[in-house]
Amino acid sequence: MTVAYAPPESFTADTAAFVVDVPSFSGPLDLLLTLIREEQVDIYDIPIARICEQFVARIRTLGLNEAAEYLEMAARLVRIKAQMLLPRSESEAWEDPRAELVRRLLEYQQMREVVDVLERRGEERRNQFARAYLPQSPVPPQAPLALSLSELLAAVDRVLRAVKPPKLHEVIPRAIDIPGAISLIRSVLELRARILWTEIVQRDAEPWQILSTLLGLLELAKLGELRVAQPKPFANVEISRDAASEAA
Amino acid sequence: MTPLAKLLEAALFASARPISTEELATLDTEVSPAELQAALDEIRECYDVEGHGVELAEIGGGWQILTRAEYTEAIERAQLAARPARLSGAALETLAIIAYRQPISRGEIEEIRGVAAGGMLKSLHERGLIDVVGRAEGLGRPLLYGTTPLFLEHFALRHLEELPRADELAIALRAQAKSNDESPTPAGQASE
Repeated sequence: MTVAYAPPESFTADTAAFVVDVPSFSGPLDLLLTLIREEQVDIYDIPIARICEQFVARIRTLGLNEAAEYLEMAARLVRIKAQMLLPRSESEAWEDPRAELVRRLLEYQQMREVVDVLERRGEERRNQFARAYLPQSPVPPQAPLALSLSELLAAVDRVLRAVKPPKLHEVIPRAIDIPGAISLIRSVLELRARILWTEIVQRDAEPWQILSTLLGLLELAKLGELRVAQPKPFANVEISRDAASEAA
Repeated sequence: MTPLAKLLEAALFASARPISTEELATLDTEVSPAELQAALDEIRECYDVEGHGVELAEIGGGWQILTRAEYTEAIERAQLAARPARLSGAALETLAIIAYRQPISRGEIEEIRGVAAGGMLKSLHERGLIDVVGRAEGLGRPLLYGTTPLFLEHFALRHLEELPRADELAIALRAQAKSNDESPTPAGQASE
């Protein structure tokens, strides 16, 4: 299929997905139903070859992106036609290959009826206004200040005088040492089956040490080497060897 | 109007959304449901009989004061309020499917409409017309969508049951399923 369809200039690549509606069909089933209506054929007895031909003729104008869903339907129609051409014995139970398509078309048509209802109701409601929600209007800005240049300069001077020299803090990077914490926890757990959080974190520990221990604990818990339990909120955390991994 | 009707009118005026009967009942706990209903009827009658520019509508399981449709154009022309944008045909199709089949997954919607529905679901969700109501049990546990109270408001429905029942539609699926069973006639082939 050639990409003969040139989208209008106002459509950028972003909005291309919405262009599908431009040829006034909302999908392959919609187009198919329209054709069936135009050709005035029985929906339970669709002349597949004729409809398929019309179908392909209509989607010829679509770009490749838009046509994908339509092409799938065209392929389906061709397949149904092929199935119908296959010889079959009279004795054998034969299921019309069009049955599934008919079911989908009817389901789609039923949905379109609901769309009509929704469209009517929505349009009715659209013509009535409810009380609008009015967000609190912001406080109106004060009138511009009337100041002379000297007053302005004096104010700048006051501000500059009030500024203290900035305090500079030197930030020392202290890397969090998770592997260290892990080996520490492992070695303690080798000696004891059950320990408490307060036992592996020293009272005067620095934040980075506490963080390392916490992350190490979580890592080991994830690996299944230990269990972490807290009987009630804010209680001491109990750390115990995982029974399962011990057995293994 | 009775004092109760006036109280309800004030509450309905103060709210931008429909107020349910239960919410209205909390305004005065000594009022019985029958009295509440009588007061609502009184407001409606007052608006209709005396000929007010607004009416009392029952929408989305609640009550709301709405302007009468005949004044919409003048109000919009004066730019005092704007009607919300119309929903596209594709949006209405998606909503119709969800309204009838909820909770429903994206895949099921796409099967019925025959086109991808991801972007449409996102924009309907952003407009607050649909919401995620759960996950299916099947493969990949897909999200399931359903309609919201705002959906009822948008289409001025009291409740979902106000939509025509599936078997009331001109083409009922059940009848069609039956004729499918009868359809394997060789006549179909002859006409091709």
